[in-house]
Amino acid sequence: MESRFRVLFLITCVIMLSGCAATKNLFGIGDDEAPPPSSAPPGEVVDPQVERREIKEPAIDREDFEIGVFAGIMNIEDFGSDASYGVRIAYHVTEGFFVEATAGQSEASLTSFEVLSGGALLFEDRTLTYYNLNLGYNVLPGEVFVGEGRAYNTHFYLIAGLGSTNFADDDRFTVNFGAGFRFLLTDSVAIRLDFRDHLFDSDILGREKTTHNLEGTIGVTMFF
Amino acid sequence: MSEPSTTIILSTSRSNLSAWCACLVALTLLAFAPGHAEAADKVLRKVAVADPYLEMHTGPGRGYPIFNVVDRGDQVEILMQRTNWYQVRTDRGIEGWVDQAQMELTLNPDGSEVEFARATLEDFTNAKWETGILAGDFGGANIVSLYGGYSLNPHVSIEVWGSQILGNFSNGWMGSVNVVHETWPEWRFSPFFTLGAGVIHTSPKSTIIQGEDRTDQVGHVGAGLRIYASRRFLFRAEYKSYVVFTSRDENEEVEEWKVGFAFFF
Repeated sequence: MESRFRVLFLITCVIMLSGCAATKNLFGIGDDEAPPPSSAPPGEVVDPQVERREIKEPAIDREDFEIGVFAGIMNIEDFGSDASYGVRIAYHVTEGFFVEATAGQSEASLTSFEVLSGGALLFEDRTLTYYNLNLGYNVLPGEVFVGEGRAYNTHFYLIAGLGSTNFADDDRFTVNFGAGFRFLLTDSVAIRLDFRDHLFDSDILGREKTTHNLEGTIGVTMFF
Repeated sequence: MSEPSTTIILSTSRSNLSAWCACLVALTLLAFAPGHAEAADKVLRKVAVADPYLEMHTGPGRGYPIFNVVDRGDQVEILMQRTNWYQVRTDRGIEGWVDQAQMELTLNPDGSEVEFARATLEDFTNAKWETGILAGDFGGANIVSLYGGYSLNPHVSIEVWGSQILGNFSNGWMGSVNVVHETWPEWRFSPFFTLGAGVIHTSPKSTIIQGEDRTDQVGHVGAGLRIYASRRFLFRAEYKSYVVFTSRDENEEVEEWKVGFAFFF
């Protein structure tokens, strides 16, 4: 009987101890595990007391935007040619694609009728203003060489977009398309030549018709 | 392999120019590119070449010829980034352009891998800001729209729209505020629903119709699709049904279809 109790007691103890095994280190009684043998003599153990320096990585200067001004000549259908000028801002999405917003202005010269009639104007406000939002593609990137030792990067691009033209007290939906040449003087400054056709419907001369208004400009842009 | 030394930090004078330009344009672009305004105290980042070699092109494009090669272990400074090309300068002062795929194989001076931010589908889902332009048909008239949006969370965003309407009989403009809900923002083709209100101003063309300029309130519901293209670029197409609350006896209903593109950042 007594031995049976002893066996029962021992079994209980074994179960409890195994249950406590996980917590033995709480009481500091499990330190019988020997520390890793330090076979190497003291002094050879490398203890890197390196303080990690907090290096804040400088941000890289992104230059995907291009901003600039331009001036040139615009031919307004039936109204002759006059100077035009404007501003543009572009964002280069990839090495090929860019989007661009342009706003420009020109003046309408006299039509043949206005010249011959001797002063009777069809309308008073002769200013044409436009804006457009475009998608461009650098279809022919390349280099040009000046002399023996200089090379400049260039892009020949195609561009098209939508916008609005305000002319003769009327706003007209305008489609424009064209091509241009970007000559990079440095990596951040470019000279641009741009040729566009602005198409909008007009009824100024009586009948509604689609007018072609050609514009050629030269401009300077800066990347930032 | 020469051991990468400490980070060398150089200041740059050309950043002043960028800073001025950034100030000018920041006003017009609002928060279009928040990083540019911090250009005042720019330092250059240095990385070590871990690939067998680093190819330097004469321009930021695939077609530009390779004119210089930097060996493994040598360091280069990153001068700037344009699209996914990096302009770097070697220890000998040679400057050229390296594409992003090669730059990702370089190491920081402490030996850790360099991470270059690259917009992904995940950013498409989680980006806070978005701006874009769309054009289409507004009840028979042409419409050109510009919008800016802010995401409250991946599903819900607030958008502000400005549009110019160009018709045969009348012109006008419209401004509205929209709430947009995206049901599956993590999808590459992500459909959305929108609800909004605003103001429409119409001026009839005097040569055709004798009428007065009108300003009315509008409300609309709509649905559309945002399609992730690449990098920060997305396409967007949408339909909206407007109710114009006119001062006349009957309200006017107008249907609008638009397509365009946008960026997130």
